[in-house]
Amino acid sequence: MITAALEEREHYLNASYGLKSWLLTKDHKRIALLYLGTITLFFALGGLFATMIRIELLTPQPDLVSSETYNKLFTMHGVIMVFLFLVPSIPATLGNFFLPIMIGAKDLAFPKLNLLSWYLLVAGGLCTLGAMFAGGVDTGWTFYTPYSSTYSNTYVIATALGIFIAGFSSILTGLNFIVTVHRMRAPGMTWFRLPLFVWSNYATSLIMVLGTPVLAVTILLVGCERLFHIGIFDPALGGDPVLFQHMFWFYSHPAVYIMVLPGMGVVSELVATFSRKRVFGYGFVAFSSVAIAVLGFLVWGHHLFVSGQSVYAGMVFSFLSYFVAVPSAIKVFNWTATLYKGSISYDTPMLYAFGFIGLFTMGGLTGLFLAALGIDVHVTDTYFVVAHFHYIMVGGTLMAYLGGMHYWWPKMTGRMYPEGWAKLSALVVFLGFNLTFFPQFVLGYLGMPRRYHVYPPEFQVLHVMSTAGASVLAVGYLMPLVYFLWSLRYGKLAPANPWGATGLEWQTSSPPPTHNFEEPPVVTHEAYDFAALLEEAQVG
Amino acid sequence: MSEHIDSIKTYTLIFLALLALTFITSTVAYIDLGPLNIVVALVIAVTKMLLVALFFMHVRYSTKLTKIVVAGGLLWLAILLLLTMADFVSRGWLAGT
Amino acid sequence: MASANPLALREQFDTAAQQKDASVLAMWIFLVTEIMFFGGLFLAYTAYRSFYPEVFGAASRTLSATIGAVNTAVLLTSSYTMVLAVRAAQKGSRKALIWFLILTMIFGTVFLGVKAYEWHEKFVEHHVPGPSFHLEGEPLQGQAQLFFSLYFAMTGLHALHMVVGMGIMTVMTWRAWLGRFNADYYTPIDVAGLYWHFVDVIWIFLFPLLYLIDRHVPK
Repeated sequence: MITAALEEREHYLNASYGLKSWLLTKDHKRIALLYLGTITLFFALGGLFATMIRIELLTPQPDLVSSETYNKLFTMHGVIMVFLFLVPSIPATLGNFFLPIMIGAKDLAFPKLNLLSWYLLVAGGLCTLGAMFAGGVDTGWTFYTPYSSTYSNTYVIATALGIFIAGFSSILTGLNFIVTVHRMRAPGMTWFRLPLFVWSNYATSLIMVLGTPVLAVTILLVGCERLFHIGIFDPALGGDPVLFQHMFWFYSHPAVYIMVLPGMGVVSELVATFSRKRVFGYGFVAFSSVAIAVLGFLVWGHHLFVSGQSVYAGMVFSFLSYFVAVPSAIKVFNWTATLYKGSISYDTPMLYAFGFIGLFTMGGLTGLFLAALGIDVHVTDTYFVVAHFHYIMVGGTLMAYLGGMHYWWPKMTGRMYPEGWAKLSALVVFLGFNLTFFPQFVLGYLGMPRRYHVYPPEFQVLHVMSTAGASVLAVGYLMPLVYFLWSLRYGKLAPANPWGATGLEWQTSSPPPTHNFEEPPVVTHEAYDFAALLEEAQVG
Repeated sequence: MSEHIDSIKTYTLIFLALLALTFITSTVAYIDLGPLNIVVALVIAVTKMLLVALFFMHVRYSTKLTKIVVAGGLLWLAILLLLTMADFVSRGWLAGT
Repeated sequence: MASANPLALREQFDTAAQQKDASVLAMWIFLVTEIMFFGGLFLAYTAYRSFYPEVFGAASRTLSATIGAVNTAVLLTSSYTMVLAVRAAQKGSRKALIWFLILTMIFGTVFLGVKAYEWHEKFVEHHVPGPSFHLEGEPLQGQAQLFFSLYFAMTGLHALHMVVGMGIMTVMTWRAWLGRFNADYYTPIDVAGLYWHFVDVIWIFLFPLLYLIDRHVPK
């Protein structure tokens, strides 16, 4: 992997060799790479299930799989993508790698805990995969009771246990990040000099710490109910299945922000760097992350509009849901304002950032449709909802994740990827994504329900479009995998700061030394101060 | 770091207060106060929690950040309880059901 | 956990104060996650008690408030000895630290013993949720079972936290015995104390909610 030219200087990759030096590492950068490998595998697996779903949906009849298998396919797709890929994705890889460097720290506050988080994710993942190989689970990723607790005869407990364990990984990562941002900042790195990526990961960590334990206890109760039939969510014994939905969505709605907030942080970095401008309204963007984290906890009831929840609670939740749009819109407007009169360059990461802004805006605005009680009753559990959250999670988070990977790849590996191929992949992903999911908005509005593999023939055209788009999307995702791996051996050597970006991570060498900096950094100016960077370059 | 060390006397007084509150709450529970029984029991429980947190857990001398963390935890618990109960309480309101 | 030289700063930190601050903050954040974890159970209890106040009252009255009160006192005493252990650590008094930690564990064990006795009684009385569950004179058996499901979930998870706490105290006592702590370095004791007191606070709420609030209705 590493050639002679890089070998001359000691950095975190060549500091030690062997499997043990990786599996027992306390270096946040190596742990980030462990996470990267792990979640890439999970993504591939989740993608495989998505592929099978899309192929099955090519025709209105059931031809590839039976109904039971189809139920398991979309369940495993959801479980793997949400809990094992999207939740850890940006924080555990890019966040783990760059959060300490961006604040000028030698490592996270608790390196061993960080390694433990990774092992927990692997353990949780293995548990979930074990359940899958044993026969799978068919409850949908939401595990609604009483189906999951009483009726389903698939591997609910094993899957739930996997999610429970992976949840602790998430809690520990959040805890580690919060303490690190509070206690490990370099001299001069005040809160309002923090890069916005750090702010958004901090806000994400708050949600992880406050929300995940409620999911854990909910899953625990479902498990107990299945094992001992104790009736917590069983109407036959006086339990209320809707209580499960409250507890589940108390975590799982904020979890959407666990997934998208780090992506917003990445986009803030990209927009600033490739416009050569300080992010417009830095303070607003920083606080909007925290505002999203807080407001995100007040709106979960909009998932329960048709569940038997009281109409009055529904109205309150509907009303509150609109408030989340405010900080989200602040971000979109400020990114756009940052572009204004910026010196924009269209490198690959920036193309992904543009993709994010557009697709996230679509996903966010359709979210407002769904927050409206009346419309939601019409489109609940249709493909409109499916399209909406894929615009946020795939169009938003995944675009940002890929953008961030392209942006920081030279720093992480010391190698440049082929720019032409990368630009092409960004384009393919964007087109493939829209072809896959835009037809689903239409399908949903026409009444196609989610989680069915048999449908009326008049929906077939739109389903074929969606499946065609998914094929294009798959090509778009495979391309980076290939040229990233290629670049490890054949890519050009990356300079310390290939993009002319500000931020402490670009002031250390590529790849960084084990302790991140040769000299402990002292911060003297604000984030995204391109003028100061220019001056330093001229003096140097 | 300047650590504040409380005297054994302070700790003993707090301990005795906690025992006294336990006795009071157990006794009052047998007197019929109507809906106030829950209120009294919870007020005493919160008082005991505050005594333990402020003195035994040293929140009294802690940084502002620690206080924010504690308050934040309790606030989020309140969000979970209040918004969920808002549903359960208001279910029967519709059309006289 | 134990390093060769306890005063040695772990390499990611610059100063001892920073290391201590980070550990204490981390424990407080962990306790917040615990609040939310138990919060789910408190929510379920609140919801179902508001659904079925009479059944929950009748079920609650089968518990012995006297045993509950005594056990509360035992647990509060363990918190008292714990805080004195922390104080001994602050003063750098190794012997007092060890003794107070042992006392804390003794009171913790007594609490768990009493709890085990109470659970055993539930088995004898058929108050354990399951096929053989029966609450005398109660027409709504399912709802009564719901109370005991929550009772076992809440006291069970609380007891589990006590057991973990006992494990932590054992390690702390061992390390104190080895002389790993002094007046300048006692963060683990401090942090372990926070955990122990927190588990106490959970019980402070479980006791009135499960045992007391329905006492006043005559039997």
